[in-house]
Amino acid sequence: MTESDDVWKVNRERDGQAKPFESNLPQAGPVGKIFAPVAGFGVTMRNFFKPTVTEQYPEKKVAPMPRYHGRHQLNRYADGLEKCIGCELCAWACPADAIYVEADSNTPDEQYSPGERYGRVYQINYLRCIFCGLCIEACPTRALTMTNEYELAGPTREGLIYEKQDLLAPMGEAMLAAPHPMVPGTVDDDYYRGDVLKVVEEQTEWVRENRPEDPTLPENRGMREENPEHRRGEHSDASANVARHQTAMQGVKGGLGSGM
Amino acid sequence: MTATPEKAAAVETVSLTIDGTEVTVPKGTLIIRAAEEVGIDIPRFCDHPALKPAGACRQCLVDVAAPDREGNVRPFPKPQASCTMTVMEGMVVNTQHTSEAADKAQKGVMELLLINHPLDCPICDKGGECPLQNQAMSNGRTESRFIDVKRVFEKPLALSSEILLDRERCVLCQRCTRFSKEIAGDAFIDLQNRGAMQQIGTFNEDVLNFDGYEPIGVAAEDESGKAFSSYYSGNTVQICPVGALTSAAYRFRSRPFDLVSSPSISEHDSSGSAIRVDHRRGKILRRLADQDMVVNEDWITDKDRFAFAWQNLADRITRPLVRGEDGELHEASWPDALAAAAAGLKAATTGDEALGAAVLPGARVTLEDAYAYSKFARLALGTNDIDARTRIASDEEQAFLGATVAGTGLGVTFAELEKAPAVLLAGFEPEDEGGVVFLRLRKSLGRQQVFTIAPFLTRGAEKLSATLIPTAPGGEGKALAAVKGSTDASEALKAEGAVIVVGERLAGSPGALTQALALAKRTGAKLAWIPRRAGERAALEAGALPGLLPGGRSVTSASAVQTVADAWGGSVPSSPGRDAAAIVADAAAGKVGALVVGGVTPSDVTGPFAEALERTPFVLSLEVRRGEVAEYADVVLPVAPPSEKAGTFVNWEGRLRGFATAIPTDAMGDHRVLDLLARELGTDLRTGSVADVYAQIAALGTAAKGERPDAPKVDAAKVDAKAGASLVLASWHQLVDSGSLQEGEPYLAGTGRTAVARIAPATAAAAGITDGVVTVASAYGAIEVPVVVTDGMADGVVWVPTKSPGSWVAQELGVEPGALVTVKGGVA
Ligand code: SF4
Ligand code: SF4
Ligand code: SF4
Ligand code: FES
Repeated sequence: MTESDDVWKVNRERDGQAKPFESNLPQAGPVGKIFAPVAGFGVTMRNFFKPTVTEQYPEKKVAPMPRYHGRHQLNRYADGLEKCIGCELCAWACPADAIYVEADSNTPDEQYSPGERYGRVYQINYLRCIFCGLCIEACPTRALTMTNEYELAGPTREGLIYEKQDLLAPMGEAMLAAPHPMVPGTVDDDYYRGDVLKVVEEQTEWVRENRPEDPTLPENRGMREENPEHRRGEHSDASANVARHQTAMQGVKGGLGSGM
Repeated sequence: MTATPEKAAAVETVSLTIDGTEVTVPKGTLIIRAAEEVGIDIPRFCDHPALKPAGACRQCLVDVAAPDREGNVRPFPKPQASCTMTVMEGMVVNTQHTSEAADKAQKGVMELLLINHPLDCPICDKGGECPLQNQAMSNGRTESRFIDVKRVFEKPLALSSEILLDRERCVLCQRCTRFSKEIAGDAFIDLQNRGAMQQIGTFNEDVLNFDGYEPIGVAAEDESGKAFSSYYSGNTVQICPVGALTSAAYRFRSRPFDLVSSPSISEHDSSGSAIRVDHRRGKILRRLADQDMVVNEDWITDKDRFAFAWQNLADRITRPLVRGEDGELHEASWPDALAAAAAGLKAATTGDEALGAAVLPGARVTLEDAYAYSKFARLALGTNDIDARTRIASDEEQAFLGATVAGTGLGVTFAELEKAPAVLLAGFEPEDEGGVVFLRLRKSLGRQQVFTIAPFLTRGAEKLSATLIPTAPGGEGKALAAVKGSTDASEALKAEGAVIVVGERLAGSPGALTQALALAKRTGAKLAWIPRRAGERAALEAGALPGLLPGGRSVTSASAVQTVADAWGGSVPSSPGRDAAAIVADAAAGKVGALVVGGVTPSDVTGPFAEALERTPFVLSLEVRRGEVAEYADVVLPVAPPSEKAGTFVNWEGRLRGFATAIPTDAMGDHRVLDLLARELGTDLRTGSVADVYAQIAALGTAAKGERPDAPKVDAAKVDAKAGASLVLASWHQLVDSGSLQEGEPYLAGTGRTAVARIAPATAAAAGITDGVVTVASAYGAIEVPVVVTDGMADGVVWVPTKSPGSWVAQELGVEPGALVTVKGGVA
């Protein structure tokens, strides 16, 4: 006899000695015994008369709580310059390794953010993100915040890697799309302190000279709505990959009938 | 080099207590080093083991008590800088770990250092690997009491096109200025101003008076300033303990946590400096100096550091190319390309009419690659027509190398060079052609006599306080012969440990190497051959020369040929092959059936190379990038750049400098490609892996007695260099120039020195040259460069850089140094 057989034998003997099960709940009376088979429906019936909590998603979208951690957004200053300086602190903070950033130097011809440095490549992989929000805590310029947008599903892996133009905040009414020079006479610190409150004429003039077609110029504003490609981001130079990604995403959303 | 046990015992030691731990160290050790011995970390900024103590930052303050004359241990009244104070018997040191005073002092210093610091870590390149960041966390206060406005400077200030200075971040530790002065000897920057406005900046050029040495790129000027021009300036970026010095190439490129670091060996010169390759997603972002105390110590040249973009330029090839019916190159599969290459080579080597094939591997090869080329030429192509020396070369040089360098193992070392009481340089410019060799020589400044046989005293030689023996190219043989009797150089070289350094350029000077050997014998000095390119020594060891087989064996020695043939299991041709110049000349005359070309850049080759490629019926190119050779090639096989393969460079000392693959890709090294190709030709080279090649080289060993070529015996030539219509051309490569391995790096190129023609005052006067642009012309072409009349230069000589922007000697003049040229113009 092996050791394990021994154990079985002991167990069997012990089971034989055990007393039969006895519930210590109070025993139902005779009426109770009669209704016992349908007693479970009591809960159901009680709920017939309570308010409904079911959400008709996706037919009807409900706004989540204001501080819900949804899709990220890369913010802009009041004059349209990007807040992101490409410091990678968000990527560093991310416990899920979901963020990838490559920075570059701003040049007089291409000034994307105040100061010397901007984020040239910015990707968040929503297959990895766990929406913990550590990245937005790390961001020194408040460039990265989270929106309430929660529809983050898609048919392809590439599609769920959001690029910078997907994450950039939409242009506000009076903003002017980057790149363009900083407000004359200011330094990056003025932006960080929140002292830059609007686009100035010199900036508009610069964009007019360098990109007369820019849809954020006051004279071109009316035409903006016509281009559906600009719904999520404001960059017209979307790469092939992004175009593919956006079509894929729109396909999904169209199918679900959500309509962003 | 190594201290013998008796000597070690003789070292006087001192015992002291640090944080309650007893420690015994050699006398003269700094407190901070003694603390390191017992694993106690003292924060520091200015202290660097390779630089002299400065005590500039005051971050390393510790409490010290030392015995007075009566032997009572008495504390110093104030905390002391541990990086400048040496240990003393019975000293009691309390660091920030055990002394509240030291801790308070350190925190106070840190608070002061941060007063004017911009705290812009998020946009600073050093962020994440910054001693200031780290030590502010470990030894600083969490709050600053400073509430006023910080001092601001314009940022960044371009010291050169590559080195950028952000003065706001500087903690004035002076590591950069000390490096520049002590190590590189390029005192281009120094402390300026006082008090809160104290800053690092460049000198006024008028003060320093560097004639003709202005860098090409523009640099911003500070209050008094001028640009920062040094071949070693990148080291200051690496040692700056904050992000004050950054390089334009790496600016804002990444964060340390993005990077994968792989140790490697630099492919740029024959020193084989240890480097660290930092890459992200398969792309190299920067290279740093790795510490290797026997070779490059802590430093590398700017070329080693910044020139890496060439490997991944847009013209990089990753798939084989085969010339189709339409005369264009088309991408092909490996099997098709190998079959096409094999067919072409077979046609050239078999049949009665066959003209035969020749191999030009180039001198950027690793030992494995060189060995594969060597074996491929002999076994698969049945020829000795292989020569890696696509530069100035001679039979005398080959005999010299075979007799005294190849297969001799470790010869003169960096350490011996440093220790040498006297060094004679011939045909070798340590700064331009040696890189870190220069730094080693400079380390011995004041303890070492340097003589240089050169046309003029270069700034590099000047920094070594070298004595010039003015010599026109071609006259080095006579100049070496004249080092005898009671001349200073001769007396100095007789000292124990003296070294004669000969460069590859001596090959162009008949009799010079013969005389160098004679001089070494006469004086007892050791002889070192320091070529310029990384693969020269490996090519020599592997027998990628027309008259040499692996291990220094001569092809004319029957027993040597037999040994190699037996080891290789095939027949090895026993008549010496043609050298590179002869191969090119014959190919241009249509007398070569096929050319196998490795890493050779046509514009570097003197002679009708383009014609040679054009007229040769079949050209096979093994290249990393689609270069000029590909235009003529029938088949192009892509090979891996150094970062994507493993291998071994052999540096000039004869030291094996093995490196592993930094970035794994499916690119193959030359040795593997040749192995596949040989199989297609029906020969098994067994060079598929580094281990295979190693095993074979080890089994082959080196030449037995009598198998080496005889030492050269060539009469020293006499050059007739005198002021007149034709002058002797002198030329060498400047370290930073238009070399093909420096392409794609404009910031580095901007730090290169401008091309100028140099000429002696008397020669200039005779030709009526004063200033302005001169035309240096040969029978084939001309180059136009500004002239600099150089004092002390040999008469009858004109010097131009070999391949600097505007001065491509091989391509434009079509002659080698030593040839006669005319110089015109230059009248301001
Ligand atoms: S929310 Fe969390 S997981 Fe998602 S990107 Fe930010 S840090 Fe990473
Ligand atoms: S989003 Fe914020 S934290 Fe991330 S790179 Fe940009 S500035 Fe830095
Ligand atoms: S630039 Fe860097 S290395 Fe030079 S003094 Fe300033 S902190 Fe020190
Ligand atoms: S490290 Fe000692 S004073 Fe700077």
